[in-house]
Amino acid sequence: MNRKKYFLDAQGLVKQFPAPKGGESLTVFENLNFGINKGEFVCIIGHSGCGKSTIMNILAGLDQASGGVVLMDNKEVAGPSLDRGVVFQNYSLLPWMSCLRNITFAVKSRWPNWSREQVYEHSMKYIEMVGLKGAELRKPSQLSGGMRQRVSIARAFAIEPKLLLLDEPFGALDALTRGMIQEELIKICEQTGQTVFMITHDVDEAILLADRIFLMSNGPNATIAESVVIDIPRHRDREQIIHNPHYYPIRNHLVDFLVKRSKELNDPDTPRVPHSDNARPAYPPEVNPATGQISKLIETETTEGNELTRQVVNLQ
Amino acid sequence: MDAFKNLNVRAALLSLVILVLFLTVWEQGNKAPQSDQPMTEYEQLMGGSEPQARVPNPSDIGALAVEELSDPFYDKGPNDKGIGLQLLYSLKRVMLGYLLAALVAIPVGFLIGMSPLMYKALDPFIQVLKPISPLAWMPLALFILKDSEISSVFVIFICSIWPMLVNTAFGVSAVKKDYLNVARTHELNPLRTAFLVVLPAAAPTILTGMRISIGIAWLVIVAAEMLVGGTGIGYYVWNEWNNLDLTSVVFSILMIGVVGMLLDLMLAKATRVVQYVE
Repeated sequence: MNRKKYFLDAQGLVKQFPAPKGGESLTVFENLNFGINKGEFVCIIGHSGCGKSTIMNILAGLDQASGGVVLMDNKEVAGPSLDRGVVFQNYSLLPWMSCLRNITFAVKSRWPNWSREQVYEHSMKYIEMVGLKGAELRKPSQLSGGMRQRVSIARAFAIEPKLLLLDEPFGALDALTRGMIQEELIKICEQTGQTVFMITHDVDEAILLADRIFLMSNGPNATIAESVVIDIPRHRDREQIIHNPHYYPIRNHLVDFLVKRSKELNDPDTPRVPHSDNARPAYPPEVNPATGQISKLIETETTEGNELTRQVVNLQ
Repeated sequence: MDAFKNLNVRAALLSLVILVLFLTVWEQGNKAPQSDQPMTEYEQLMGGSEPQARVPNPSDIGALAVEELSDPFYDKGPNDKGIGLQLLYSLKRVMLGYLLAALVAIPVGFLIGMSPLMYKALDPFIQVLKPISPLAWMPLALFILKDSEISSVFVIFICSIWPMLVNTAFGVSAVKKDYLNVARTHELNPLRTAFLVVLPAAAPTILTGMRISIGIAWLVIVAAEMLVGGTGIGYYVWNEWNNLDLTSVVFSILMIGVVGMLLDLMLAKATRVVQYVE
């Protein structure tokens, strides 16, 4: 059996909103299939309105898809869980609690049987990791945006989730602070081997952080058009990465997609794969812009033991 | 000279000037009518009383205030108790009715705020019951409870319940979805969600409701005690009116104001404790 098994597997996700006063309902995205391997850092890029945040909320269990299923570790995602840590764009710290309390309440939820000292030590470890030691007793309102986002990241890492979901975590930060926190994030992810799924608008940020980047076509009726492989070796840093020969081909490919192709794909004249009940999960083709290689996972059914076989086929 | 530039100092000075001006005009414009004629026999018998009753002067009120406040807790029978004792009777009723109202209003307000169904179902009742003057309940309360003491507590209960109920419901329903999402993603059980997230998030709104309630309760207790009689600051005002002792009436009016202000200050301080900056 050479079935490729993803750690997180989204199959045929659809999100529809009923139109006000009857009429046709609005399909934000459809036929969405993607997988994330353990320890992988995946970014998703697309224009506003293609449903990125909705995908994030579905993965977090805060929202429900109109169709399709999300599996994590072969278990269906149904409702929020401490197995998936979420960092929201607006930090979502509880403003009446100190930074430390914001983390300890999460740690206490994760490990209810821990003693007060254990919870404190564990929380302090993550406060130190994001470089906020000394500010832990301050309220979020007394911190800058960058420091607040660090607390939020520390909280998400402190519960040691199997999957970390980041919803445009650096969108509200200035460029300098963003760069600093990105580097911290890289460092922490390398240390912990965390599996991350992140929404971003920033092409350079995505290349710096991700192993793969999902490109979404424009909404409505959006879908993931490609999965771009970033084969730039780690450890990456902001100054060195631009000298890598693969950097600009990848960057140009991404920008070209966002500027031109994301729109074309959404053109109603473009033939669309019909959505039917027996449609097999068709993962988006994996593209390596630097080498020009495109590979596609094709799913075939074999008679042996009712198992599905997936093969990697090189198209180019 | 620097102290003079401070806004608070200047405001305090201005307040003082207004007070002195007001009291002077009152005192000067309210002098006993002078008469060159010798006193009649009746007047002599009455110790030189004035031909007409007048509103007392600030100096008389001040003298009475000093006398009353130097021994506020004396008790010489049902019709002669110190002002402090009377205020304590009123405060006891207010606190009892108010705390009972809080015990009912905050949990019920939580329920209404959490559940749109309960909100819609209970809203008509609240809208009809809220505008009823609390004193209108008094006859019914007296009939059912058969005790004037409990009835006055009930009147306080019924008048202070509405602002707390409405504000709690509003505060709870207005908790930001982000905070609730934090609770959900951290798998907080309903009880921890209520105490860790919803209650602190809604606390400033709830406390504002409690502050409005204590103000209304203090307004209503005076009227309630005038009706019920026996003890309390409301009864005291009415009793002194029946005694034609206007000096005591004005003095007790001032005391009602001072105590009301202190109650409001306490709640304002409590509100500041639970206030948070987003």
